Amino acid sequence: MKAAVLVFPGSNCDRDLAVALRAAGFDVTMVWHKDTALPADIDLVAVPGGFSFGDYLRCGAIAARALIVPALVDHVRKGGYAIGICNGFQVLLETGLLPGALMRNAGLKFICRDVSLTVATTDSAFTAGYSSCEEIELPVAHHDGNYRADAEVLAALWSEDRVAFTYGDNINGSADAIAGILSTNRRVLGMMPHPERAADPALGRTDGGRLFASLAAGLAPEAATA
Amino acid sequence: MKARVHIMLKDGVLDPQGEAVAAALGSLGFDGVEGVRQGKIIEIDLAASDPQTARDAAERMCESLLANTVIETYSVEIVG
Repeated sequence: MKAAVLVFPGSNCDRDLAVALRAAGFDVTMVWHKDTALPADIDLVAVPGGFSFGDYLRCGAIAARALIVPALVDHVRKGGYAIGICNGFQVLLETGLLPGALMRNAGLKFICRDVSLTVATTDSAFTAGYSSCEEIELPVAHHDGNYRADAEVLAALWSEDRVAFTYGDNINGSADAIAGILSTNRRVLGMMPHPERAADPALGRTDGGRLFASLAAGLAPEAATA
Repeated sequence: MKARVHIMLKDGVLDPQGEAVAAALGSLGFDGVEGVRQGKIIEIDLAASDPQTARDAAERMCESLLANTVIETYSVEIVG
């Protein structure tokens, strides 16, 4: 299985994400934002956390117009898998690959701590390795994680079972305490918490590693037949 | 020509920064502040010499980058 991790100026979780993906069995290539094509036969594009382009204008706004992004959009339109974590989630929203927007945390503070999450659906390659309604703990580190979408979009996310994670305690004021969402084909996940920072027993938590293991297990048969 | 773009959060979208500014004004003793909304102004110098051409260009820039129309509205002013 092959994964590409996109790297923008200001990305700072790109190498952690690569380590977590490699531990799950992915062959990982780092792809610079000025490239215009992804390596051949990529199964997963991962958009890492950080402060791409200094969070100028809006978080993720300038990264979402980078030269590599049309290749990401093309990959997703062909049914490829993608994950965006933290700033990567902001980038996926700014590209329009996922619906809604992320605004300044309701309490205005940058929040950096472990939080309790509920796995809201196990119906995706990302979350199949958890049990339904399981409570897990992952770190968050963000200033703009307050998820907003209009009532119609929120209703669709719930009715189509596309809310992946919710906060146990709604730390940032997100609509319906949403921490992560899936695309309509369930192959694109955007989430504010950092699974890649909870993927190695040596660092304390391993709940995030299960996401990458689940994804690898879900993608292995597809990669084998590709 | 110079285009001045005003970007504001849509009505009904919570503006935590505006709320914080309102609270700070209240704590400074300014009575009667019934609401604060914070936005952005972006000035763009354009080579176009025709106001309509400049306006059209600025509006396309708003749609493709400057505003996130999920949560924001924009207006363009041509200021000379």
